[in-house]
Amino acid sequence: MNKKGTELFIDSLLDEDVEMIFGYPGGAVLPLYDSLYDKKIPHILTRHEQGAVHAAEGYAKASGKPGVVLVTSGPGATNVITGIADAMSDSVPLIVFTGQVASSGIGKDAFQEADILGLTIPITKYNYQVRKVEDLPKVIKEAFHIATTGRKGPVVIDLPKDITLDETPVKKIAEVHIPSYQPNYMPHPNQIKKVVTAINQASKPVFLIGAGIHHSDGTTEFRELLENSKIPVVSTLLGLGIVPTDNDLFLGMGGMHGSYAANQALMEADLLINIGSRFDDRLASCPESLAKDKTIIHVDIDPAEIGKIIPTDIPIVGDAKEVIRLLNKETFNTENYADWRDTVKNYQTEAPFTYEETVEEIKPQRAIELIGKITNGEAIVATDVGQHQMWAAQFYPFKHQNQLITSGGLGTMGYGIPAGVGAQLAKPDKQVVIIVGDGGFQMTNQELAILEQYHLAPKVILINNHSLGMVRQWQESFFNERRSESVFDNQPDFQKMAEAYHLKSVRLDNAETLEEELIQAFKEKEPMVIEINCSPTEHVLPMVPPGKPNNEMIGVVKR
Amino acid sequence: MRRIISAKVRNTSGVLNRISGVLTRRQFNIESISVGVTENLDVSRITIVVSVDSDFQMEQLIKQLNKQIDVIKVIDMSADSHLERELALIKVATTSTNRQEIMSMIEPFRASIIDVSGQSIIIQIAGSSEKIDALVDVLKVYGIQELARTGITGLLRSSIK
Repeated sequence: MNKKGTELFIDSLLDEDVEMIFGYPGGAVLPLYDSLYDKKIPHILTRHEQGAVHAAEGYAKASGKPGVVLVTSGPGATNVITGIADAMSDSVPLIVFTGQVASSGIGKDAFQEADILGLTIPITKYNYQVRKVEDLPKVIKEAFHIATTGRKGPVVIDLPKDITLDETPVKKIAEVHIPSYQPNYMPHPNQIKKVVTAINQASKPVFLIGAGIHHSDGTTEFRELLENSKIPVVSTLLGLGIVPTDNDLFLGMGGMHGSYAANQALMEADLLINIGSRFDDRLASCPESLAKDKTIIHVDIDPAEIGKIIPTDIPIVGDAKEVIRLLNKETFNTENYADWRDTVKNYQTEAPFTYEETVEEIKPQRAIELIGKITNGEAIVATDVGQHQMWAAQFYPFKHQNQLITSGGLGTMGYGIPAGVGAQLAKPDKQVVIIVGDGGFQMTNQELAILEQYHLAPKVILINNHSLGMVRQWQESFFNERRSESVFDNQPDFQKMAEAYHLKSVRLDNAETLEEELIQAFKEKEPMVIEINCSPTEHVLPMVPPGKPNNEMIGVVKR
Repeated sequence: MRRIISAKVRNTSGVLNRISGVLTRRQFNIESISVGVTENLDVSRITIVVSVDSDFQMEQLIKQLNKQIDVIKVIDMSADSHLERELALIKVATTSTNRQEIMSMIEPFRASIIDVSGQSIIIQIAGSSEKIDALVDVLKVYGIQELARTGITGLLRSSIK
């Protein structure tokens, strides 16, 4: 039996249990969109291709499954570049289908032609251009395999239009076997022994946990390890949720806007056990000082991460969950570091995240703290990038795996709204809170149009501080308060924008009534834009200034 | 320091682009790069000569190359006993009077003349890069009209066991 490329496309996606596709049609993908008309796989029409790719990321992060994107050639494809780079940076599994002009036009500057293969090599885990229709099923199967195994990441499949129209006999596809791609999941047992010895010899051990634990679905196992080992734990931004914020051993996020306790612990520890994080510069702004006088254990599924930033004493290549499982079979001399637990706990009580309360204006930190309280720390939180993102990390009481949907490595403004929409589509029954600033809101708010169409009810919290807060903060801190292009003198009427999308909305200006009004707003069953008119001068603190050791924080307020 | 990387890769379109991209992104300068198929037609060997500052840098580069889906194996050949060869074609201006002299000059290099015309000859030489450099130096005085070098390719020596 012969089938067309479009049919093989649908069959392959159904084979991979794809629940939905995020995309935007155009000339080169007309045949593929025609095949979607029969609704075998739901398609979410975003209002911009960037929205499609971020929504797919949000979907992938919230569900743990790969996100699927379909866009047209040329501009459609270049519009997803930011999201692909973002997914690469945060190891988000994505399959991005880009239409391409017909094979006969490739390389001839045809209408809407762009060299997507060349453009995406450095920002994908792998990419393909399908040259023969008979290769299509195999390519799709391989792409899903590559995107979802080892260190996860985005895979692009470039599909020339003629290939989607060509026919080929249907063949059974063999299991994926790529000899040059064999990610190592199982750690070496000797290395595990070394870890146990190191822990049992340590007097000041600390865990540093990152997104790798989310990606390996190892949260339950890690909590068990925490219980067994009683080692204090610091999280990266993307590691939030692995350990409930109120856990006794949890010291909070480390790094640039991390907690005093987390950063002190990272610096003072004699043993640092990094599981699934990559010593990003926002965590380790001065890697030399962080690595000094301590044993470093680094667990990562990607061998290239080990030793990249910090020399490692005990490297472990393997899946975080598998490593944690093996460690859970061991016993630890938890009394060895009982004093250390007290020391770091004291740091935490001594200098928790804080802000100055006032009735004159609404403090964004308080707004987020209240949202955490109202949602009981149960909401899926999607953020944009900037000050509000850091305040969400500091003040929202996360407690679940895959609960925080945020752009970590790339720091992509405009990520929040589409990613939140994607997360809500992945988890329709969960409360999703999208926290955005006034800058990011204006980048991708068009995706609010989807909410009504798909009956989604996230709460969109617009932290309006009338500026690009983080840029302004850096200008105020490091550029003599020269607020170059960071303050919005003119803004749209966000209430009217919400109304235009047929969304309920409210604008909160009064610090005294804020809590009551927020409670009311969250009682609404419908989606809602909650604009909070916040202090335009607030800074995210404390802060490790760029390039400084983690224990040289500024803005630490001690009780 | 000069290092020679030998990478066995899947023979796919774009693989060279990927590999060179890994190097450029990390600001390595490629001195030479050569590609050809191996005994297995699905596999190519890419030999890259780079200059690195430290062993650490080299280790990082090898890891990043190994990470590529198309890469089967990468080794730092310069760390082990290996053979490296380069081929060069050199077109030298000649006159009827100096042709004999040139022939005797190139003989110790085991180079050969593969084309002769009234005004020039083309000399072929295979060997280490240093040897080729030396021959180029010798021939400069006669006037090199054109020069084409392939870049290095190499193999590890078999270990004696």
